[in-house]
Amino acid sequence: MCLAVPVKIVSIDGDTAETEIAGVRRRVSIAFTPEAKVGDYVLLHTGYAIGVIDEAEAEETLKLLEEIASLSEVH
Amino acid sequence: MKFIDEYQDNKLARGLAHKIAQRSTKTVRLMEFCGGHTHAILRYGIRQLVPKTVEMRSGPGCPVCVTATADLDKAIALSQRPDVIITTFGDMIRVPGSYSSLQKAKAEGADIRIVYSTIDAVEIAQANPKKSVIFIGIGFETTAPTIAASILKAQQDKTENFYVLSLNKLTPPVMKALLDSGEIKLDGIVCPGHVSVIIGTHPYEFIPRDYAVACVISGFEPLDILLCIDKLVEQIEKGEPKVEIAYHRGVKPEGNRKARQLMEDVFEIGEANWRGIGIVPQSGLRIREKYERFDADKAFSVSPKPPREPEGCRCGDIIRGASMPLECKLFRKVCTPESPVGPCMVSSEGACAAYYQYGTLENSQVT
Repeated sequence: MCLAVPVKIVSIDGDTAETEIAGVRRRVSIAFTPEAKVGDYVLLHTGYAIGVIDEAEAEETLKLLEEIASLSEVH
Repeated sequence: MKFIDEYQDNKLARGLAHKIAQRSTKTVRLMEFCGGHTHAILRYGIRQLVPKTVEMRSGPGCPVCVTATADLDKAIALSQRPDVIITTFGDMIRVPGSYSSLQKAKAEGADIRIVYSTIDAVEIAQANPKKSVIFIGIGFETTAPTIAASILKAQQDKTENFYVLSLNKLTPPVMKALLDSGEIKLDGIVCPGHVSVIIGTHPYEFIPRDYAVACVISGFEPLDILLCIDKLVEQIEKGEPKVEIAYHRGVKPEGNRKARQLMEDVFEIGEANWRGIGIVPQSGLRIREKYERFDADKAFSVSPKPPREPEGCRCGDIIRGASMPLECKLFRKVCTPESPVGPCMVSSEGACAAYYQYGTLENSQVT
């Protein structure tokens, strides 16, 4: 029930946004994430965006994981 | 899909698993609080990827599973009123109560509707002004703001026939209850990612401070969980428990203030009744007096018969992490997803459902 999936905001109309994931479009409430902009990815939980995904942090984590993987190959 | 596929990469997962194996010298017991984590751990074979020194236990993070039988019985009793439409999230409908289930009540004629969102429940109320529409409000901090928002919307739209049966529960207080009971010793907690999107890191800080138990907030993809386990093992090996985030793309230390504001406006904190655990103080959300006209508990009086638990079902022990699904005699024999005895086999987040669906002899071994 605490499931939340990343969806991309394609347009915003007040408290509501049109979002898209894998070609599926859905209207969601952005009442909890007023800072969300078109192009942002938000975590969608039961019809509400509960948080905006931090893309810079996402890249940082992947970089870290790649470093860990390359270190384990050396050994 | 962006932010999902890249966190399922096999090569990166092996790199992380290698790092954990190198780091881990002590035997540790970790609890994944969230049922979503239990499912991901079994689905992606994470138990086989991590070294044998790392034991994983499921916790009480399945809202359907922790709903007390007495509360479910109340929802079923409410559904028997001819003037009522019950709205609920899907998993709840199949959970056996003491004498019936919402599914059985529906088959017998009660008007019970599954909704995806609380927004849908308010819309059903608006489309059926002559009926009282009650939403069964289960969930943790992830969901509570959405239930608060439905009450605020009903007030704004002057929807006077919308009610919530508030069974919302809070995660840090039940973690405290588990740690206080001392029933199982834990070294670290895989903290729930989407609860933490809302609450941030602060509410967990008492855990490393008062119990010396490591806490790392995790996302739900396999690499997220492995990264979380790596950080937990690192903290435990160093003897430096603290609260860390291993899900930085989703969780900010301060959480989501706006969502919390709405939640705090509508709800106040009170005790809650947890299946398998009992009454835990300060672990539930009640509707505040100023919104009491939306409170199903105050608007409707039902008195179901005293609750009884399904015989032989060990869901309560499994919720506390005290037993594993395979230790239940009913598991896979009498109790299956098609014919569940307890909620842990019903819910898509239940530990028994996860072990049934993904368990192999190797990864479901009792440790």
